[in-house]
Amino acid sequence: MGYFRGFAVTFRKMFEKRVTTSYPADKRPKPARLHGRHVLNRYEDGMEKCIGCELCAGVCPARCIYVRGADNPLDEPVSPGERYGFVYEINYLRCIHCDLCVEACPTEAITESKLFEFSFTNRSDAVYTKDELVVDVSTGQPRHLPWEDWRPGDDEMTSGWMRATSSSGDASYSGRVSWSGELGHGVRAPEVGQLDPGTDTDPEGSVGT
Amino acid sequence: MTAVDTLVLAVDPLLSGDLDPGIVGIVLLKVMVAFTLLLVSVMLMIWFERKLVADMHNRIGPAVAGPFGILQTLADGIKLFFKEDLIPDRSDRVVFKLAPYLSLVPAFLVFAIVPIGGDFSSGDGVVTWFGERTYLQVADPPVGVLFFLALSSIAVYGVMLAGWSSGSKYPLLGSVRASAQMISYEAALGLAIATVFLTSGSLSTHDIVASQVTGNWNVLTTGVVPFLVFLVAGTAELNRPPFDLVEAEQELVGGFHTEYSSLRFALFFLAEFMNVITMSAIAVTLFLGGPAGPILTDTLGWVWPVVWFGLKVFAFLFCFVWLRATLPRLRYDQLMDLGWKVLIPVALGWFLLIGAMGVADDRGWPVVLVVLVGMAVMAGGAALLIGAVSKARAERLADAFPEYDDSPTPGGLL
Amino acid sequence: MDATVFLISAAIVLVGALGVLVARNPVHAALFLVQTLFGVAVLFVLQDATFLAAVQVIVYAGAVVILFLFVIMLLGVDRAEDLGVEPIVGQRPLAAVIGASLLGLLLTLLLVATDGPTGALGQTAPLGDGADNTRRLGEALFTDYVFAVELTALLLTVAVVGAVVLARTVKGALQPLPVVVVATAEELPGTTEERFGVDSDTEIDTAFPESIEGGDA
Repeated sequence: MGYFRGFAVTFRKMFEKRVTTSYPADKRPKPARLHGRHVLNRYEDGMEKCIGCELCAGVCPARCIYVRGADNPLDEPVSPGERYGFVYEINYLRCIHCDLCVEACPTEAITESKLFEFSFTNRSDAVYTKDELVVDVSTGQPRHLPWEDWRPGDDEMTSGWMRATSSSGDASYSGRVSWSGELGHGVRAPEVGQLDPGTDTDPEGSVGT
Repeated sequence: MTAVDTLVLAVDPLLSGDLDPGIVGIVLLKVMVAFTLLLVSVMLMIWFERKLVADMHNRIGPAVAGPFGILQTLADGIKLFFKEDLIPDRSDRVVFKLAPYLSLVPAFLVFAIVPIGGDFSSGDGVVTWFGERTYLQVADPPVGVLFFLALSSIAVYGVMLAGWSSGSKYPLLGSVRASAQMISYEAALGLAIATVFLTSGSLSTHDIVASQVTGNWNVLTTGVVPFLVFLVAGTAELNRPPFDLVEAEQELVGGFHTEYSSLRFALFFLAEFMNVITMSAIAVTLFLGGPAGPILTDTLGWVWPVVWFGLKVFAFLFCFVWLRATLPRLRYDQLMDLGWKVLIPVALGWFLLIGAMGVADDRGWPVVLVVLVGMAVMAGGAALLIGAVSKARAERLADAFPEYDDSPTPGGLL
Repeated sequence: MDATVFLISAAIVLVGALGVLVARNPVHAALFLVQTLFGVAVLFVLQDATFLAAVQVIVYAGAVVILFLFVIMLLGVDRAEDLGVEPIVGQRPLAAVIGASLLGLLLTLLLVATDGPTGALGQTAPLGDGADNTRRLGEALFTDYVFAVELTALLLTVAVVGAVVLARTVKGALQPLPVVVVATAEELPGTTEERFGVDSDTEIDTAFPESIEGGDA
């Protein structure tokens, strides 16, 4: 009768809870470290963090990032440093969302949001330029593109806070914030794994256990 | 009355008198109803299959077009209609265009012989519409079930020619598989149906249903085995899972319809799902008493048999989907083994047994004894055959591998 | 009504028959043959021989021509033939002579021996009506002609056995059925090196090629 056990299995499954959701209507909560589309962050004073060093473009395994740096105009600087990212383009037909650019960035300028909806009708639309990538100068929010369906929390956690390795590569680091503040979010608190074992306060709640 | 009239229109009381416009109207109405019923039920069947398989996979399934996604098939059909119609460069153009219709037409025609209603318990299956007495089936030819077999053997052409005319390798392989499979299982299907002829004493679907009115459904009077053989062979004949080697995606891309697109592709799918429905309807007619069932109200009493018929067909459709969700595809040699070495001998043996019972009944011989002797003879024959085959195989193995150890070891002899 | 049906189906039969002769592609010829068979089935129906009509479709269209097509597809001979080559010498004139004689014979029968085509149904009475000719046929086959039927069955069985024997080419000893033998390395003769022809003294270079190992960081 072993042959018939399979039929019982499929019959039982009919009455079980669905594991999928009706996607455009309901969206499931996304994992804390989901790698979505990139944003280019700003400091709390509105300056761009990108200094046009091209480390992200160099490390990118898919060769999807194109950066050109330029000297900051003296009268109206774009970034606090000597240079700024004059051109910044990411081709999302090639990007594999590995986050190596985020790891490589020395100023935490590029990070990934949880937005994952890409919709193009031609190839050139797949290349996001600075217009699409830099966060809004007044609110610090990523730009809301017309085809993106935002749900609460999707635009959060776009800063260097979500990087996988410990800050500045210091493995013995604990409980210290060594990253810069960010427009709209300020200085993010350390995440759980980065807390000193002695202190038990968990600033971000459920994240990163 | 001409010869054609007596034959095609048989004994339907509607057509026994002179033709008048009202009768022609009713015939046209029946044709239209059968046609639209089939089309609409195909639409619902595709939706039902997708939804049920999704349920069995813990998925949601189509949910966007219409309430519960019920209009999904319609949306797909419209989409296919507006797609580009590609004809491959190396195809045989005439045959390529002809093949989908060769699939579609038999699928439509088979449904004409299925009685979908009529009060068989008290009224000989006749309903009265607009003052005319008629059967609730489009036609009742005296060789109705043979008509079904003939059309199901014609349906092979669509698949076969589609694969051949595409001028490409995967469709050709798919169609070679399809024709081999359909020819193999047609034999078992025919033998299973033949037992129904023996118990019902007629080839006409109307008479077969009428012979089952008293609740002695053929599934029981033929002893269940032919019914099971019919189900398995029918599933294989429909090329449905687990017998869908014809369009095994992992091996043959899409099988015989790989090169088809647009409306012609839609026609193949229409035919495939219509065949599922008509095969269920034929199974209900042959084995489950057709529209037989209690008539609960006097007003609109003719509706009840239609309802019972629909419910029985629905049960079959559920089973077809259930099979698809549960069973993995057979390997090709398993498919051929099942058809030739299991189903055909079983169906043939059972057919002979039922025949022997009929003869015993006629001559007044003790039926139980006849059955026992018949079974013993057949078991003896089967044992002899199996013994001979396995001895021959063992000898050939001994010739080929003199040092081969005959003891059963895992991974040894297949 | 009868005459109309007859004329239409006769036209279908004739067109199909001509198509079989004229079509250069074997698959097209087979399809024309199916058309002819269907036309003949309709003619059977016209003669109240419903059982024969059904059997005509099931056996000829559904099995015989399918097997033709199957063989054509498997052998890949589905290309138009070069008619310039005569495979058997003298076959074509002979065929023409025999064909002409047969045609003459048929015409003689139709025009001279009878009164010519009248369009009327055959003069023999139908064997029962359409509903019971299956029964009549069965009774005739399995009572009066049972010996002939059984003899035919025997003949067919012999033919099948003969086909199997002819198709089975035996070279030397009988070919074994496919067998999967799983053997461990110890059971096999010789060492691994001998079996695979590898000299165990040869050193296999397992180091990374320079270009990859020392690639730019």
